[in-house]
Amino acid sequence: MECMFACSRRVGRGGFDKSAIFVRSAGGMEHGFVIVVCRACENPPCAKVCPTDALREREGGGVILDEDKCIGCGNCAEACIMGAIFWDDEKNKPIVCKYCGNCTNYCVHDVISLVEAEAGA
Amino acid sequence: MQSKDMNRVLYINLTKRATSVERRGDLFDEYLGGTGVAIKLLEEECPRGIDPLSADNSIIFAVGPLSALYPSASKTVAMFKSPLTGNLGESHCGGRSAMAIKFAGYGAIVIKGASDIPVYLAIHGDDIHFRDASSIWGVEAQTVGRILREVEPGSGVRSIIRIGSAGEKQVRYACAVCETYRHFGRLGLGAVMGSKNLKALVISADKSLELPKAKRKDYKKVYDELQGVVVKTDAMEKYHDLGTAGKIYDLNKIGGMAYKNLESGQAPEEIARELAGENFAEKVLSRRVSCAHCPVGCIHLASLREMYEPGYYFKTSIIPYDNETIYSLGFMLGMTKVEDYLRLIDVVDRRGMDAISTGVILAWATEAYEKGLITKEHTDGLELRWGDVQVYSEAIRKIVRMPTEFYRDLARGVEHASSVYGGQDYALAFGGNEMPEYHTGIACYLNNLAGARHSHLDSAGYDLDQKLLGKEFTLEEVVEKLLKEEEWRQILSSLVVCFFARKVYTPAVIPKALDAIGVKGWTSEKLEELGREIHRAKMNFKFREGFNLDTIRIPKRIFEVPTPHGLLKEEELRKALAIYKERIGSG
Repeated sequence: MECMFACSRRVGRGGFDKSAIFVRSAGGMEHGFVIVVCRACENPPCAKVCPTDALREREGGGVILDEDKCIGCGNCAEACIMGAIFWDDEKNKPIVCKYCGNCTNYCVHDVISLVEAEAGA
Repeated sequence: MQSKDMNRVLYINLTKRATSVERRGDLFDEYLGGTGVAIKLLEEECPRGIDPLSADNSIIFAVGPLSALYPSASKTVAMFKSPLTGNLGESHCGGRSAMAIKFAGYGAIVIKGASDIPVYLAIHGDDIHFRDASSIWGVEAQTVGRILREVEPGSGVRSIIRIGSAGEKQVRYACAVCETYRHFGRLGLGAVMGSKNLKALVISADKSLELPKAKRKDYKKVYDELQGVVVKTDAMEKYHDLGTAGKIYDLNKIGGMAYKNLESGQAPEEIARELAGENFAEKVLSRRVSCAHCPVGCIHLASLREMYEPGYYFKTSIIPYDNETIYSLGFMLGMTKVEDYLRLIDVVDRRGMDAISTGVILAWATEAYEKGLITKEHTDGLELRWGDVQVYSEAIRKIVRMPTEFYRDLARGVEHASSVYGGQDYALAFGGNEMPEYHTGIACYLNNLAGARHSHLDSAGYDLDQKLLGKEFTLEEVVEKLLKEEEWRQILSSLVVCFFARKVYTPAVIPKALDAIGVKGWTSEKLEELGREIHRAKMNFKFREGFNLDTIRIPKRIFEVPTPHGLLKEEELRKALAIYKERIGSG
């Protein structure tokens, strides 16, 4: 869970409610863990269902959120079957991964890393 | 949601099914959190001389200012009056408990009274429910976790603390199981929960902490500094690679390992190789996991593949192993195979018993059976025999089911059982608490006699013994070193950081870490002073409840088997205890 806390620290928070990455067990710790994070899909469904174009594709993968345009409808979170669109209850807006890679700096067990991937690969 | 105040104490009254929240800045400002705050709350909530298994007992869970904000600040402190020793019950646990309590918005949770029917508590931030636990009463600790995972929210950010059948039946050394593989192990928290008809707590986090804007750079700096030390020092390597089991072989080699109820301080070479961390890693290690917000990953899980019926019917169980339980259920019971030890720990874990106490009690029972003090009539037909995993598994089941008076006595601990059946000379308990792993010399036994729980959780006497090997030392020096260590550890457990990170959280760095999250005014001197104060408060609670260093029973066996320092003399140990008593100035 180091990655979750690292993601929250970016915005000066202790905790994880601003985190764009999430770790949970795969149904109990005996089954190991699942890391939920944006996988930078091509043609991202979250952006497709945004009624105000607040979410647009980011160059190099992922999406960018324009908070001014966002109306907090939650369509994006519903459309992401990975569960990788998190929700900021205070702002009532989505939290999306910015691909800054900060989380990877704190994963000492080399589970996650930030890599360049070619489109279509 | 953010929480502006982590000094809130949640009071839960199970009798009245009522809850309330109080801000206790008075306690948290002065005593930090964790152990410091918990002992103060226990003083307030636990009347003198009560029956630990009555509704009058209180359970305190406390976290601290560093909890879930810094690496390896991952433990929760539980305090209660112990049904095993009759005085201070203190137990620590990691898993996700500290993170969940902290970000549910509490510094501590106080549970009082007793429910008339089985209940479990669902604490989702400020939303608290008493739920009927009748349908999960009698269900094994692991299964309870699975069921509650499915019916309660908070996946990934919650802690599930529950008891098995041992807790329900009030076996005095029943533990509370947390996140399946972690435990509030020692001194009977599970029995206290059972006596309150409290099957489980589900605590989930819904808040975070806004750090002071002016301090954010400092926070990141201190965080990275601490993380760097945790990750790069040997602390990480030692606990991550082989885990705590990594030191088994060497401890046995120097003759500091209690084998077969301390018949010897050393198991034969082939046993030591079989039960060493290296062998576990090669044969059965299947996964290493961490507590929430800890980079170390010391929790070692084995996978055990077994045929449960002929015809290729296999099952694979994931079973945790570590140092102290390899001692108690492995070495003490003369196990000869890794797989047998794992089977035994699985039986113990499902019922939710303290593995250390269980092993020591069965080891005494085996020796007493060999010597004819107890017979098949007592044991309900079981022939207790070193290394016999089937018989021991059955005996553990019987301790919980209590089919005869003998098992009812075993369920009250080895101090009690040996007072009924004899064999006190080799009943390895200190102050009513069954012995931890080490037979290293005078410091470890002083630790067992005067400390609040066991070995590294108090003053690491075993460590001091090993450092003193081949050196000249006085009893005064040993007492002084142990006391200083134990006093300092009160600070670590008030912050609350895991003791495995004790070399990371130094007196110099702690004030900086506190300041960076807005807790001002601490210096290393002030911390050391507070450590002394908290330690005295804990000792005073023990003395108040009848603990006495003059009359404490010392089993003769420990003087009959050479330690790495040679034979320990009773008069030396008594002398050291007298010095200890004088130094702390009461009792």
